[in-house]
Amino acid sequence: MERIPILRMGQFLLVTIQVDMHDRLAVQLQDDLTEKISECSSRGVLIDISTLEIVDSFIGRMLANIAAMARVLDAETVVVGMQPAVAITLVELGMSLSGVRTALNVETGMELLYELRGDFNSEMGG
Amino acid sequence: MKSAKQETVPIATSSDVVMARQKVRQWAIEMKFTLVDQTKLVTAASELARNALEHGKGGHMVIEQVENSVKNGLKLVFEDRGPGISDVDAALRDGFTTGGGMGLGLGGSKRLVNDFQIESEPGKGTRVTVVRWK
Repeated sequence: MERIPILRMGQFLLVTIQVDMHDRLAVQLQDDLTEKISECSSRGVLIDISTLEIVDSFIGRMLANIAAMARVLDAETVVVGMQPAVAITLVELGMSLSGVRTALNVETGMELLYELRGDFNSEMGG
Repeated sequence: MKSAKQETVPIATSSDVVMARQKVRQWAIEMKFTLVDQTKLVTAASELARNALEHGKGGHMVIEQVENSVKNGLKLVFEDRGPGISDVDAALRDGFTTGGGMGLGLGGSKRLVNDFQIESEPGKGTRVTVVRWK
């Protein structure tokens, strides 16, 4: 079955969405991530959406759900790399992703995760 | 090569929704819409195609290049054979949902296009017609 890979890096999980996801794939990712957070006791999740050409209400809801579920499992979520045209469209659509932390790129996203969680993670801090 | 100025895309599975998005993107690129306009149109198409699938038991989308005296546009027509919408005004309000969604599909996609028309007859289905002008 088709799946979006989740990489583990220390206490963080990294996901790069590189395909135009159909809805079931998005739901699968949500389930997989939640399970992986619990399995790996992850403190944070970084989701790179820089190659996504659209974020519609379904994918927006998936991102919000992931952030909410991660929070319940004591992990932070940062969504990075949203294209400007996608951001404009998403807000006009009526979604502001208010519960989701964002950063411009992977680098600043990782910095944000370390800032939020770095104190638990001294071996990887720097 | 696309010589015809019209194309029909079936909407029967969630992969068809992806295909509908990609077709709209192709047409919008071909018509040289700006990236922001492409993104708005493709996002609206995604919402409406999903509606046709989830609430309308599937149907199809017709893409058509249209023009008036001053400009070109891309017209999308979504037709489904679902139960129809009894209260269209309510369905257009943000947050109104009968499924598990956010209730942004119809109202949201209306904001992403220039012209938006919805015709629905309970028991027969729903037709949503949108146009984005260049």
